[in-house]
Amino acid sequence: MTDQAYNFAYLDEQTKRMIRRAILKGLAVPGYQVPFASREMPMPYGWGTGGVQVSAAVMTTDDCFKVIDQGADDTTNAVSIRSFFKRTAGVKATTRTAEASIIQTRHRIPEDALTESQILVYQVPIPEPLRFLEPRESETRKMHSLEEYGLMHVKLYEDISRHGHIATSYAYPVKVEGRYVMDPSPIPKFDNPKLGDCPAIQLFGAGREQRIYALPPYTQVISLDFEDHPFDPSKADHACGLCGAEHSYLDEVIIDDAGGRMFVCSDTDFCRSRQEDGHKGKDAA
Amino acid sequence: MTDHALLSVRGVSKRYGRHIGCADVSFGLYPGEVMGIVGESGSGKSTLLNCMAGHLTPDAGEVFFDTAVDGPRDTLRMSEPERRMLSRTDWAFVHQHARDGLRMGVSAGGNVGERLMAVGARNYGVIRDSAEDWLERVEIDKSRIDDRPTAFSGGMQQRLQIARNLVTGPRLVFMDEPTGGLDVSVQARLLDLLRSLVRDMGLSAVVVTHDLAVVRLLANRLMVMKSGQVVESGLTDQVLDDPQHAYTQLLVSSILQV
Amino acid sequence: MFELKDVSKTFTLHNQGGAVIEVMSGASLSVRPGECVALTGASGAGKSTLMRMLYGNYRAQHGVISVDGVNIVQAAPREVIRLRREVLGYVSQFLRVVPRVPTLNVVAEPLLALGVPTPEAKERAADLLARLNIPKPLWALSPTTFSGGEQQRVNIARGFAHSFPALLLDEPTASLDATNRAVVLDLIQEAKARGAAIIGIFHDEAARAQVCDQEIDVTGFAPSQAA
Repeated sequence: MTDQAYNFAYLDEQTKRMIRRAILKGLAVPGYQVPFASREMPMPYGWGTGGVQVSAAVMTTDDCFKVIDQGADDTTNAVSIRSFFKRTAGVKATTRTAEASIIQTRHRIPEDALTESQILVYQVPIPEPLRFLEPRESETRKMHSLEEYGLMHVKLYEDISRHGHIATSYAYPVKVEGRYVMDPSPIPKFDNPKLGDCPAIQLFGAGREQRIYALPPYTQVISLDFEDHPFDPSKADHACGLCGAEHSYLDEVIIDDAGGRMFVCSDTDFCRSRQEDGHKGKDAA
Repeated sequence: MTDHALLSVRGVSKRYGRHIGCADVSFGLYPGEVMGIVGESGSGKSTLLNCMAGHLTPDAGEVFFDTAVDGPRDTLRMSEPERRMLSRTDWAFVHQHARDGLRMGVSAGGNVGERLMAVGARNYGVIRDSAEDWLERVEIDKSRIDDRPTAFSGGMQQRLQIARNLVTGPRLVFMDEPTGGLDVSVQARLLDLLRSLVRDMGLSAVVVTHDLAVVRLLANRLMVMKSGQVVESGLTDQVLDDPQHAYTQLLVSSILQV
Repeated sequence: MFELKDVSKTFTLHNQGGAVIEVMSGASLSVRPGECVALTGASGAGKSTLMRMLYGNYRAQHGVISVDGVNIVQAAPREVIRLRREVLGYVSQFLRVVPRVPTLNVVAEPLLALGVPTPEAKERAADLLARLNIPKPLWALSPTTFSGGEQQRVNIARGFAHSFPALLLDEPTASLDATNRAVVLDLIQEAKARGAAIIGIFHDEAARAQVCDQEIDVTGFAPSQAA
């Protein structure tokens, strides 16, 4: 049951209203980074404080909550955030994508298609896509407001000149509705196509950096590229060893000391439900 | 002869508190002209340059630029996006220290390509070809295209900065002590390069320097500044060989002969 | 082409007690296209000063110096710049160039400034250098390291690269051997034949007699000593 020492979902109501205002502004201006007064949370920065504050602000008693970390429901981070909200908000928790109404995620978008009744909350370490090329925040803000995004292509140019192709494989920059360039958080570029035209609301929270941004449902999201080096959402050229899925994002798992390895779906819920439906990969027991 | 000045500076003044940066400076610069501005440190020449280039906001005055699309416009009263667009397309600014004008963490090719990408170039092959072309034009071996400027000598960095600035074919270049801090032999090479680029591209330029030998070789017109005021102006060789103002006479007679 | 009326020149030395030195007054002369005029007078009489004033290098205090209808005394810098690029050539005694620029480019430069295509400009430069007997291996080197006579010839080649309608020649035949002296005199004759107006200083009397139509003694332009 709810721990009575805390307000519903830990944050006080004024704070949640402040965060909701930031979220609404973010939804109104898709891709724009809205500053917000990020609170100290009972967990270290880098563990999803931004995502947790956004989840807390949108959560109601009727919600069903799911947390994934790199696609998995059972990592330390996912388990502790799930239990945090079970304890402070008393909401139901689930590991099944289809059952969840709020999904907080670190580094993945679920394989199963999302619906209009769902909210996907991303944990974001560095919200500013221009940061590594232009360290001055005053300057990057100006670049966003004036739509000066040449620098973003300089980064991709550097990739091609050094590696022969665009080697950025996660946190791959996107342009939202032809206006703001946005960092989609460190999801693999394989997930980028799922950002666009998505029925669910997508919210991005950066706790340490005090920024919130958002994609309303069915927003146009385009991955940046060059005409002669088009965006390629590649993945490992294997099928899942457990469920046999051929079009899911895979983790490489080392299974012995002799260099043995297998590829498995990074989305554990997707993989398990496929196995429950009778699908079998080559490494399945 | 074109009657339109490319740049018309009218009554530009800038104060720093009680100290005068530059006072009531006016002149017109015509296509193809190179204007030198000389004076000792603190004479206001850099303040004037930065006021013209939009890096500083003067307290009074107008800086009209003959834009390609709309004709003469007061750049001080343009919106910031317009002015920034101008400084990426029709204008260029060469800093004294190359590291102020380059991205040191980005390869030479990326540095040259940035302005192209900023104005919408989205074809890697085309961007790379013009980066190679420009490296050759500023006499940097194109095999260095993927090296970072940190691996370049001071003279090469300066030439890279020039390539990065000129790749979008600007019409007006502001230069702040472009040969300052370079060895004499490297200076000569850079001067020759700048002269031929100015001639071949039909560039106009405003060059601030304290080196009279540089203006004699690079500029066809000259302004002499002292304590924020323009004390003398005219043809470069006329001002240097037949100076009229006491300060210019002092300046010219103070040069060490070799 | 050249038209001078009542030109005077003073130097004011602000840093030497404001001394005012009058060097010329009441200078008038006129040179028509196809005509060559020699300035004469003792050393220090003001020949070089007058040449520099004609080129706009020295500023006249008073009078009219008209070249091709442009009054240099009053003209805006850009008008003088245009005049020097298109109309008025000057062969000085000293070569002043950017170090390390190859001789061929130094000579071709006045043509490039006029927008002549590079191959054509270089071809014309090569012709002149060959005619003035500058050995071909030197063309790719900077003239700053050349001997005085070689520098002089490079300077002449540069001055004659473009067919200027008006030319100022300051001692064009000094320090030249007989062969090259003859070449320079030929160049002057050719320029006259195409209608160039020329004002020159020639210490070489034979040369003067050969190419000049008129001599003007600048001693007559000296400020009156009576005042």
